[in-house]
Amino acid sequence: MERVILIKYGELTTKKGNRNFFVHTLTENIKMKLKNYHVTIKKDLSRMSISFDLEQMDEILEKINQVFGIHAYHIAHKVPSNIEDIKIEILTMLKSISFSTFKIEVKRSDKTFSMNSMELERFLGGVVLKNLEGKKVDVHHPDVLFKVELCKDYTYLYTNSIKGLGGYPVGTQPKALAMLSGGIDSPVAIYLALKRGIKVDAVYFEAMPHTSIEAREKVISLTKKLAKYKNKITLYVVPFTEIQEAIYKNGNSDYCITIMRRMMYRIMDRLCKKNKAVAIINGESIGQVASQTLNSMAVINEVTKTPIIRPVACLDKLEIIDIAKKIDTYEISILPFEDCCTVFVPKHPVINPVLEECLKSEEKFDYFEMIQKAIDNILTFSITEDDKKKYEDLL
Amino acid sequence: MVYLDYSATTPVDDLVLDTFNQVTKKFIGNANSLHQLGIESKNLMDTAVEQVANLLKVKKSEVIFTSGASESNNLAILGCVFAYPRRNKYILTTELEHSSIENQIPFLKQLGFIVDFIELDEYGRVDEAKFLKKLENDPVMVSIGMVNSELGVYQDVNTLGKLIHEHSKAIFHVDGTQAVGKMPLDLENIDLFGFTAHKFYGLKGIGVLVKKSTCHLVPLIHGGKSQSEYRSGTPALGLIVSCAKALRLAMESLDVNLKKVQELHAFLIEKLQKMSYIIINSNEYSIPHIVNISIVGIKPETMLHALSEKEIYLSTKTACSSNQKLSSALKALKKDDKISSSSLRISISHLTTKDELLYFVKALEKSYHELEFESRLH
Repeated sequence: MERVILIKYGELTTKKGNRNFFVHTLTENIKMKLKNYHVTIKKDLSRMSISFDLEQMDEILEKINQVFGIHAYHIAHKVPSNIEDIKIEILTMLKSISFSTFKIEVKRSDKTFSMNSMELERFLGGVVLKNLEGKKVDVHHPDVLFKVELCKDYTYLYTNSIKGLGGYPVGTQPKALAMLSGGIDSPVAIYLALKRGIKVDAVYFEAMPHTSIEAREKVISLTKKLAKYKNKITLYVVPFTEIQEAIYKNGNSDYCITIMRRMMYRIMDRLCKKNKAVAIINGESIGQVASQTLNSMAVINEVTKTPIIRPVACLDKLEIIDIAKKIDTYEISILPFEDCCTVFVPKHPVINPVLEECLKSEEKFDYFEMIQKAIDNILTFSITEDDKKKYEDLL
Repeated sequence: MVYLDYSATTPVDDLVLDTFNQVTKKFIGNANSLHQLGIESKNLMDTAVEQVANLLKVKKSEVIFTSGASESNNLAILGCVFAYPRRNKYILTTELEHSSIENQIPFLKQLGFIVDFIELDEYGRVDEAKFLKKLENDPVMVSIGMVNSELGVYQDVNTLGKLIHEHSKAIFHVDGTQAVGKMPLDLENIDLFGFTAHKFYGLKGIGVLVKKSTCHLVPLIHGGKSQSEYRSGTPALGLIVSCAKALRLAMESLDVNLKKVQELHAFLIEKLQKMSYIIINSNEYSIPHIVNISIVGIKPETMLHALSEKEIYLSTKTACSSNQKLSSALKALKKDDKISSSSLRISISHLTTKDELLYFVKALEKSYHELEFESRLH
């Protein structure tokens, strides 16, 4: 049996001049997401329709619920445009949900149909009242608003809308690079940035052998989870050992983290230019650790003019954890592997760093060359979500 | 050719072999390599592991791939007793176990363990009352095969598992080798569960041990990172994926296949019952796939060869213990040397046909009369 997902463009329709671009991007994203399924996607002025086979409904809805830019949708039952089929289907649909009041709304594009909209509404309302006990009509605030869209060959029947993921379609904003550490915050920051439509790719700073292969695998697993929301995420793995060791050899140990962050930002800045990314995204949350106080942020931020977006800056840890659980990254994030931010933590990291102190430490070694070397030796991985469908033939 | 040795091994399913070939050729990366090819192999492996976990209704992290049932049984028992060094050095098992468990006993004894056998009733089933008594000795683990490979007798492992966990802190290991693909599974009360793919139309060289998060285990094969932290070695991706496929096919067609085998079993038993010199050792608690018979007075090897000349293939005891003189499982149950030294195991499958069984029964009858006459001559 055929089902159709009807997606209203919702918030996208406010984008006047850019509307076509937004709708086009959303369509492409949905096509990509459902590439392994037999679906027919059609779009018109106010909405998009995706027809598919009932058997695949659970899998397709799971995918649709991972697409940003869909604010609400309906699941319509598609039946032939004759009164008997419509009647039977309405009753089956309404029997499967609990409600006490309802309203039936008919839109009729096939003007040759034997009844007009008002007549059909009255007729179908009567059918429901006769066949289902204890139901009442309420035209102002019904529990269920049942819609009937009558076209020439087929009719759509659907009830209340289902909430989508919201946000803007990924790709409606340019590219940005996100710092992904393996902790709880950065995956959430990336998720939120993707939600605003930003094309996010990820950068992981690695200090082998102080950090383990498992830590890198953990970051890859996290990226896979995030790739649900953006077909493919490029993961850049930056070899950071040499710089980190130099910092600890040459600097005031309380300033090590501050300087390390400054070095990371310098690298991010260069990577953004190289990859035509317009912003840096990270999981800093104000006050959470020494390097994330406002004063620290100011001193660290001083090395770059690239805008830095901190999506979780003003969220509490528990709020961040809630999102991490929702997007399934929490369990991976809490795996106990050291990352480069945790391997060399000084006893008393400075919470109100002074810029001059940083500059003094940084003068002691030639970090320009080290940064260049790190960038030259970056490893690049292209990460897609785990796709069971992809291996269906094999399994 | 009439193949009646499906409990020794099964012919590989074409679809399973096709999966193995495709994976082996297309996914050349080591699943533990950190480059793109490695990541692709790892993705496929993860999906296969997840499929196995879903089919068995366990967690992904609870699935360990091994080289087969013998390794799974060794890892389960040795890995478990090593993980609990402070527990009582006392293990409970039955006399119906496969050689990969039975032959660990001398080694366990060397390590200072007492291995005790659970009493069985006349059908070969665990006597629950006597078993409860033994549990009072506080065993570190209990190992019971779900289906015995010689007689086909199955145990109610779910109930036994409940008893074990209610009355002791013992770890419960179940050898599921002869059960997977032949009967419904419920691993809820089982801590360790092992099996191999080649018993359900998969390839040889791949097995699984399910280790629930309810118990600890130490690896027996140490080395680098692998599919599971409990077993090192480069993940055999082709075998792993083909095993996941074989398991899915076996589970999906379980009901249909079981019904076919039940019909074939009834047909065969009816014929065998008419032959007065045949003692049927399998009983009402045997799975229909296995029919164990004895022909007293005729050496089973001689019968085996006589049938083999007619291109009929079956086993005396199990293939894995066929170098021993007596069947210990049969001895434990029948308490009769003559019966236990003259047994033949006929194991059938949904692939078996009634014509094959008829051909076999006729050949058996003819061979019996020839061999019996010959032995009287001497």
